[in-house]
Amino acid sequence: MGLEQKAGNMGIVTTSLEKAVNWSRTNAMWPMLFGLACCAIEMMAAQAADYDMSRFGMELMRASPRQSDLMIVAGRVSRKMAPVVRKLYDQMPAPKWVIAMGDCASCGGIFNNYAILQGVDEIIPVDVYVAGCPPRPEGLIHGVLTLHEKVRKEKIKDWA
Amino acid sequence: MSEHLQNTITRIQARYQVEVEEFRGDYTVFIEPEKIQTFMLELRDQLDFNICMDITAVDYYPQETPRFHVIYLLYSMPHNVRLQVRTRIDGNNPKLDTVQGIYSSANWKEREVYDLFGIYFTGHPDLRRMVMPEDWVGHPLRKDYPLGYEEVQFSFNFDEIMINKPHPKD
Amino acid sequence: MTDIREVSVDELRHLVSDRAMSGETMLLNMGPQHPSTHGVLRLLLELDGEVVVNVIPDIGFLHTGVEKTAESKNYQQAEVMTDRLDYLNPMGNNLTYCLAVEKLTELDVPPRAQAIRVILAELQRISSHLLWLGTSALDLGAMSMFLYCMRERELVLNIFELVSGQRMMTTFIRPGGLWRDVPVEFETTVRDFLKAMPRRIQEYDDLLEKNEIFLDRTKGIGILTKEDCFQYGLSGPVIRGSGVAHDLRKKQPYSGYDLYDFDIPTHPEGDVYARYRVRVEEMTQSLRIIEQGLNKLPYGPVRSNNRKYVPPPRSEIGVSMEALIHHFKLWTEGFTPPTGHVYAATESPRGELGVYMESDGTAKPYRVHLVTPTFANLQAVPVMSRKHYIADLIGIVGSIDIVLGDADR
Repeated sequence: MGLEQKAGNMGIVTTSLEKAVNWSRTNAMWPMLFGLACCAIEMMAAQAADYDMSRFGMELMRASPRQSDLMIVAGRVSRKMAPVVRKLYDQMPAPKWVIAMGDCASCGGIFNNYAILQGVDEIIPVDVYVAGCPPRPEGLIHGVLTLHEKVRKEKIKDWA
Repeated sequence: MSEHLQNTITRIQARYQVEVEEFRGDYTVFIEPEKIQTFMLELRDQLDFNICMDITAVDYYPQETPRFHVIYLLYSMPHNVRLQVRTRIDGNNPKLDTVQGIYSSANWKEREVYDLFGIYFTGHPDLRRMVMPEDWVGHPLRKDYPLGYEEVQFSFNFDEIMINKPHPKD
Repeated sequence: MTDIREVSVDELRHLVSDRAMSGETMLLNMGPQHPSTHGVLRLLLELDGEVVVNVIPDIGFLHTGVEKTAESKNYQQAEVMTDRLDYLNPMGNNLTYCLAVEKLTELDVPPRAQAIRVILAELQRISSHLLWLGTSALDLGAMSMFLYCMRERELVLNIFELVSGQRMMTTFIRPGGLWRDVPVEFETTVRDFLKAMPRRIQEYDDLLEKNEIFLDRTKGIGILTKEDCFQYGLSGPVIRGSGVAHDLRKKQPYSGYDLYDFDIPTHPEGDVYARYRVRVEEMTQSLRIIEQGLNKLPYGPVRSNNRKYVPPPRSEIGVSMEALIHHFKLWTEGFTPPTGHVYAATESPRGELGVYMESDGTAKPYRVHLVTPTFANLQAVPVMSRKHYIADLIGIVGSIDIVLGDADR
């Protein structure tokens, strides 16, 4: 009983700015259409008929980094590819998040050699790591939901 | 051993005095590096080995002369036989004549061998690095090139490695 | 790590025409991040308006160093990396690697293991072609194909999960046989799949065969002659789409393919449409092979009894001291094949996939080289795409079914 219910009856919802912005960020988070290796196939599977990531507002893959909020690094990053990945990250407008999908992107995986970067976190900051080689589509979806949880907890004073 | 392969080997043995090796049904002929172009031309035009499946090399490192073996995997589509041609080259300034004019597929494959082994193919029209970045130093598949193994982070050495790891900013 | 280098035209002067120097034609970079390159392929295009004058592919953005790493692992450990090479064909990669090891060590493979290998390799071929069909039709504007194909692909992956516990990177085929026998549900699951699939393939035909846009964008595009195919060492559906009935499963049968009755679909036109037809018809042939394999699946062991190379089954370890010793030796030191070098090749969904393996008599391979189909096929892209529109380039690159992990290794 109080102001909230009265306002609700009039079609007004009260909330804090922080919550409203975080909610809108999680429900229209556009990932970048950017596949590197094996994990990209599972990323496609997560988008497709059986797993259907659009249930979480993640169906719109953008090919251009300028239009995307989330970078899913799906696969191993070679030394030749590393500058390209960093450049793509720099091109994304803030706020932006990164998911390192799979063991190779997280820590180098089984390829501990001259050609592969031992984890993409050496060149770009990573928010969520998803384990698996490759992770199942459910694994990726769980990673995305974990990221959503993280975004919902963001504070207005940290935005600046 | 098929009839065509038999004929091929007797013929090239008479012409070029090549060594022939057999292992598990695969035949390998060794040819001197100077003769590679005429040899391949004859194989393609007169002996029907019309496809060059791959070119690769093996490094026998501590041994310097010869250090590398360059291997050509040939296939004859009409006769359905394979033949391996090998040539031995020195580790000091390794170079070999290109067969790019004979098999077009050799173009990229020679570039790859150049990239990963540092073997120069004289006469190649476009000898750039194939898979490594252009400014890479060294040739990774040589035996004296380190693997580039990095220590794996476990709980006992977590902090130690964490300090040395790069931490990128936004 | 260095910054991205600017492409200097001077460096590529020998690859582009003189008109590019005067500014008459345009040089345009495409990739490595481009949705239709199916991965990280970079193409440098020389364009005259909308018409492609030349294409200069640049690969290596997924160079994984598999060949070098394999030299520091023993034979069983190195197999794990072959899965991740051509990530649409892990079973076939395992099979090729195992055939090379078996040829080197002269291992025998029991008939049941051979039959299961064939079934799994053909299932993998279907799943790979399905993914190809989905993504390249998506590139040409048929979005719904992607959803349909991924739906069927899940059925195949479920079978793999049933037999091995993993969806993609199974490492199920091992030197000397299989990791373990297939579960009892295997046969009914595969039969259900066989029953469902022909109708689904009919559905794809209905969607694409009368689709005017799809036909216009594939017929007469990217023509490749037989001579070009031989010159560039192409194989697989690309060469069969140019009218050459070359299939290693028939020509140099491995793993008992000579016991199966199937056809090699060929189309003489050599364009994108022909390659599409070849792949769709191949799926039907694969279904035939799988059915025959299931019908005559023999009973018996799935691993060789040669204890020098193949570890004993777990049940033996508890009761036999000797088995325990073999198990311990094989999983700590690995096995030591005789000195020599072999080449084994199979027909992967993309073409001839070969493994060249050299042993120096120690437990680690001295040299493993992978002869991959995409590497050869990509080289023909400039030949196919000259004088076509830039929009058709998407269809052409899609039609050779590129997997960059396969090309860069």
